[in-house]
Amino acid sequence: MAGFISALPGAVSQGLIWGIMAIGVYITYKILDIADLTVDGSFCTGGAVFVVLFGAGAGLWLAMPAALLAGMLAGLATGLLHTACGIPAILAGILTQLGLWSVNLSIMGMKANVAINVIDPASLDRLLVSLRFVQGAVRGDESLWRHPIVTVGLFTAAIIAVLYWFFGTELGASLRATGANPDMARAQGISTGRGKVLGLMLSNGLAALSGALLSQYQAFADASMGRGAIVVGLAAVIIGRVLFSSVFRNFALKLLGVSAGAVIYHVVIQAVVSLSGIDTNYLKLISAATVAVFLAAPFWRERFFARGAGKGGRAHA
Amino acid sequence: MLDIDGVCKTFNAGTVNEKTALRDLSLHIGEGEFVTVIGGNGAGKSTLLNAVAGVWAVDRGTIAIGGEDVTRLPEHRRARYIGRVFQDPMMGTAATMQIEENMALAMRRGRRRTLRPGICRAERETYREMLRILDLGLENRLTAKVGLLSGGQRQALTLLMATLQRPKLLLLDEHTAALDPRTAAKVLDATERIVGRDRLTTLMITHNMRDAIAHGSRLIMLYDGRVVVDVSGEEKRRLTVPQLLELFGRASGSDEADDTLLLS
Repeated sequence: MAGFISALPGAVSQGLIWGIMAIGVYITYKILDIADLTVDGSFCTGGAVFVVLFGAGAGLWLAMPAALLAGMLAGLATGLLHTACGIPAILAGILTQLGLWSVNLSIMGMKANVAINVIDPASLDRLLVSLRFVQGAVRGDESLWRHPIVTVGLFTAAIIAVLYWFFGTELGASLRATGANPDMARAQGISTGRGKVLGLMLSNGLAALSGALLSQYQAFADASMGRGAIVVGLAAVIIGRVLFSSVFRNFALKLLGVSAGAVIYHVVIQAVVSLSGIDTNYLKLISAATVAVFLAAPFWRERFFARGAGKGGRAHA
Repeated sequence: MLDIDGVCKTFNAGTVNEKTALRDLSLHIGEGEFVTVIGGNGAGKSTLLNAVAGVWAVDRGTIAIGGEDVTRLPEHRRARYIGRVFQDPMMGTAATMQIEENMALAMRRGRRRTLRPGICRAERETYREMLRILDLGLENRLTAKVGLLSGGQRQALTLLMATLQRPKLLLLDEHTAALDPRTAAKVLDATERIVGRDRLTTLMITHNMRDAIAHGSRLIMLYDGRVVVDVSGEEKRRLTVPQLLELFGRASGSDEADDTLLLS
């Protein structure tokens, strides 16, 4: 129990970091109605780009936007495979993700793992987040403002603010229409192909930013760091909806719910690990099974409980 | 306003499901004409409207709107000239978006979508005024999600959205077919009022011969991918359903008109 409590701040920090990727998944999965598997690759692309640039002496202001841009390029690739080549979205994402494996390795100089120097205080100080800040803040030799929960929390708030603004603009509204009803969107002069590409770029840009933050946090980028990212993202989206959909109706709050979903996911996983002592290699199986159950829930509810549930018309949300 | 010349369209060419939907079809519609389109199942009515709207490319022929050749323009680029209402009430609006958001999307049809706000305060008043015309009480529900509306309300809203900016061409694809008779009459009435008010060039498909005769200034009948009957003016005004059936029988060379045309 004590182990779990002491691991809690770390789990919350990681949850917030993954939450940014989950917000990206929300954009494709809920707004555009596309299951985009590119994020498994672009998450690592962000980490790889950041670590390499940072290692070469670049500051946050260069390395973070570069990671964002690299992720957007990955989204562009999937978007073009889907819209310009007519490949089903899910397959387009798988193709990009597979290709990114090589791209990510080549970014990292054909090494599966590249570390950030956090021993050198000057280097550590240039980072936005680090696991060391969690420990530092607890010990008191680091200001609380540098605690990852605070920095990533503020970062997330800024991203939510930008997205809230964007989806309220003409362009953002056309993206929402593209996902909600492509026939209607085209009839109203919206290029649904362009909307999908833009949404995929946005989503993978966020995944890459999230990867860049995680690589800082754990002080390394790893070729397999994005494996299963889509499942974590879906889990966060689903947890966010299940727990908060009745209170969070505003778009910004829904995004906040997704971020909170990612935090809860990580806290639960941490609890399972600390309290049951299970081999962490089983975590992916547990995650997959949990997400499968949540995805199946609406279908089961319809199938087994709908018949006896009275004759009143069910409202479709 | 609309010039269709020698348009052909075959679906699934070269397969057992091959279906020629439009055969060398030509049609010229002048500005302000309100054309009703009838024909049996598979005659090519919806295919004709989809060809004009640009849902897919035609195999041969040209389509021009207001003198501009749009044959090669994709669907979303043609939308700046065209307002559309579909047969399926779910198809013309975005269910998860608000009434005012749907209208704001339609208001920006044919314009570049920028990073300006998707809807501004002044627009809301305009939309409220416009919704009042429909007489469905929607003017007080601007921020309601469209998914909460009935099929008839959604269809009326789609009609309003199609005509928000005066389109060069209004395409109505059996837009009252999925509605109950009372709602259908109401939507048809709103159609008549809006088309009359803005003098819109309109193509309206209907499976109801009485509606086809009662509305519009010109009536065309399709059979097997071609225009086989085309009446307008005084002749159309005096047209009756039996006469129409006879015209159809003569044009199609068959007397099974009653079977092929869905009557009501």
